Amino acid sequence: MNKNQPLLKATKIDKTFPGVVALDRVDFTLKAGEVHALLGENGAGKSTLIKCLTGAYHRDGGDILLNGETISPRDTLDAQGLGIGTVYQEVNLLGNLTVAENMMIGRQPQRWGMIQTGQMNWQTKEILSQYGLDIDVAQLLSTYSVAIQQIIAIARAIDLSGKVLILDEPTASLDAKEVQMLFGVIRKLKQKNIGIIFISHFLDQVFEISDTITVLRNGKLIESVATVNISSIDLVTMMLGYELGEETKSKEHDGVEREILVEFSNFGHKQSIEPFDLVVGKGEVVGFAGLLGSGRTETAETLFGVTPHDSGTATFKNKSVNLSSPRAAIANGFGFCPEDRKTDGIIADLTVRENIILALQAQRGWANPLPKSEQDEICKKYIKALDIRPTDAEKPIRLLSGGNQQKVILARWLATNPAFLILDEPTRGIDVGAHAEIIRLIENLCEDGMSLLVISSELDELVAYSHRIIVVRDHQHIAELVGSEITTNNIVEAIAADLNVDNGQYELKGVIS
Amino acid sequence: MNSLKRYAPQLTTLAIVLLLNYLVFPDFFKIEIANGKLYGTLIDVLNRGAPVALLCVGMTLVIATKGIDLSVGAVMAICGAVAASTVDSGGGVFMALSLALLAGLICGIWNGVLVSVLNIQPIIATLILMVAGRGIAQLITEGAILTFNDEGLIFVGSGSIFSIPMPILIWIAVGIIVTFIVRRTALGMLIESIGINQRASTFSGVNARVLLILVYAVSGLCAALAGTIAAADIRGADANNAGLWLELDAILAVVVGGTSLLGGRFTLIGSLIGAMIIQSINTGILLSGFPPEFNLIIKAAIIVIILVIQSPALQSKYIEYRDRRETGKTPVGKDAAS
Repeated sequence: MNKNQPLLKATKIDKTFPGVVALDRVDFTLKAGEVHALLGENGAGKSTLIKCLTGAYHRDGGDILLNGETISPRDTLDAQGLGIGTVYQEVNLLGNLTVAENMMIGRQPQRWGMIQTGQMNWQTKEILSQYGLDIDVAQLLSTYSVAIQQIIAIARAIDLSGKVLILDEPTASLDAKEVQMLFGVIRKLKQKNIGIIFISHFLDQVFEISDTITVLRNGKLIESVATVNISSIDLVTMMLGYELGEETKSKEHDGVEREILVEFSNFGHKQSIEPFDLVVGKGEVVGFAGLLGSGRTETAETLFGVTPHDSGTATFKNKSVNLSSPRAAIANGFGFCPEDRKTDGIIADLTVRENIILALQAQRGWANPLPKSEQDEICKKYIKALDIRPTDAEKPIRLLSGGNQQKVILARWLATNPAFLILDEPTRGIDVGAHAEIIRLIENLCEDGMSLLVISSELDELVAYSHRIIVVRDHQHIAELVGSEITTNNIVEAIAADLNVDNGQYELKGVIS
Repeated sequence: MNSLKRYAPQLTTLAIVLLLNYLVFPDFFKIEIANGKLYGTLIDVLNRGAPVALLCVGMTLVIATKGIDLSVGAVMAICGAVAASTVDSGGGVFMALSLALLAGLICGIWNGVLVSVLNIQPIIATLILMVAGRGIAQLITEGAILTFNDEGLIFVGSGSIFSIPMPILIWIAVGIIVTFIVRRTALGMLIESIGINQRASTFSGVNARVLLILVYAVSGLCAALAGTIAAADIRGADANNAGLWLELDAILAVVVGGTSLLGGRFTLIGSLIGAMIIQSINTGILLSGFPPEFNLIIKAAIIVIILVIQSPALQSKYIEYRDRRETGKTPVGKDAAS
């Protein structure tokens, strides 16, 4: 094989889903013996790219070359045969079979139609010993830790494919020691000239293990650079899509002493967010910044009672309140637009009207229905105010575009007239026009005296409307920016602080398993 | 007009089944009054269909929440036994009815608590009572068929008001009352929203826990009425055979009626039409004079045909075919939907 020829080369990959361009002419090059990290926030196009490479999706355009030859995998099995293997975060092996059976499934050594268990175990032992794993392969897979299972999955993928290995969030459920064990295996594979694509949200791990980093954002290739040539700040900047040094208007500290609306003290939930203190004033917008998986959404879900807090107390207008369930939170005047519109927000088969009145109706109880005329009036009001299209309230919400669905969910909460509204990524995945409208809406609501807590990856946006910004990392609230401190630079620095790696010296920080 | 269109597939199926019945038995539609009571094969369909019709009212609500209630047949046996033993030990018909309904309510709440509080999958949760229920009924009847001669209770099964047999009046009344309640209050919409997306509904403050218990309780009450009618009809409580396999007929009626097993949008009227379709098939097979050993197979074959005609795969094929003929367009690929 020509040494300079890349192992896997994808050029101008296009992939469109109805209404969304998931990949827009993305180039990707993987060399043999290289660990190539693929980074990007949710919806950036990472998994779509991987699925195009492994044949799970069929690309709409572009070429994929493996060792210089054009390939077009029909499905993942085909890709496996060509030499591209994938290991997912959730190990997709069978826990109720033995290690050896998992390794050899579908290709067990046979004699006269009978499986040669002894030989199968021996072969498996042989394969695993290459990874420094000396375990009893006749045991059930489920008796081993996730890390061992992960390595077995890798060994199987390499044994079947052997050219390219894709690791999708392999470390998400491993502890620090297990991560190092996995990295040991990855380094061994590098020496064997296998090309590895590594997907992870843990930037410190990316810096430790990868040789090259490719960043995607909104389906576009942002940059592909050698890991040694990039700082963590630049990397965070690329992922979030904000140019350092760019001027963004920030609100002057308005100096207004706000009446305290809600106060949380020592509020937290084991496993998802460290206890924190938070005060929100009347008519104040508190922004939450941080990377995906940092604890932003976890904070919101704890506040709203989705994952009820197990420490601390909350007071609302100086009175102690119960926030043990969404219902309890709503009764106290809370509202919550969740991040994942599809699974947590919309009721797909119900009409726009029913979706809008749902929270209000739930609050009134089933025996006390909103009269149809009142429902129509509410719908008319919000469809007009939020410019929801199409304007027909009797259409099922699943037929609406993402931005309009988001507006319907917003209308659902505005109809309950909440005192404290939590918005988790209100502008994600919606077009520019709807984007601007939602930002304007946030500003208007706050002027009307509503208190808001807004989580967003769009730093410019946060800077524009927040009175205060809280930065979250590793499931902790690590910084609070007020007034003139609110700049995108400061936010990026707070997120990236302490991430830099000194001479390979490296310490794993707060991975919550 | 609109609602007629909505039930077009079910009504067409019913019409075809009735027509087939008419062909094998020309007197099918003949109705006469004897002893102050309506008689005729059509009346018989409505009368015999009462237990399944009652069961499918509760079943529809349960299925709308993405659940299923396998225990209704066994609950019928329990409640029939309760009613019979009440009159046997000297209670009146009202006492018997109240206790039977109470037993059904308790069974329903038990199922509801297993499903909503303990988060057990509905099929398993209700399987428990499906198995245990017959045992409980046998304990109540002490292993024998418990016969009774209480005129009041017998009236529930074979009496009539304004010449219309009681079972028909009961299932139609229950159908109307439950439809009225779920559609005139917000109950129907909240049930549908739980069935479509329970997580998002909970996030919006819908009290899924209470509503789930409620639908299983309604299902238990409907089974109690069905069980009492079945017992009153034969003037005895048969713990082994009362309501046997009727849960499957009820589920079938709901599906044939147009409510998806995946939960969400439901139609009680459709389910009741479905129950009548199934009873018409049962009666038709009996009338046709086929040897009885063919009955189950013929019934299965007819149901397969109905379900194939209603299947989403066939319908999307049909829409594809129609679109291609109209516009010459190729349909959107599967890939795009994923």
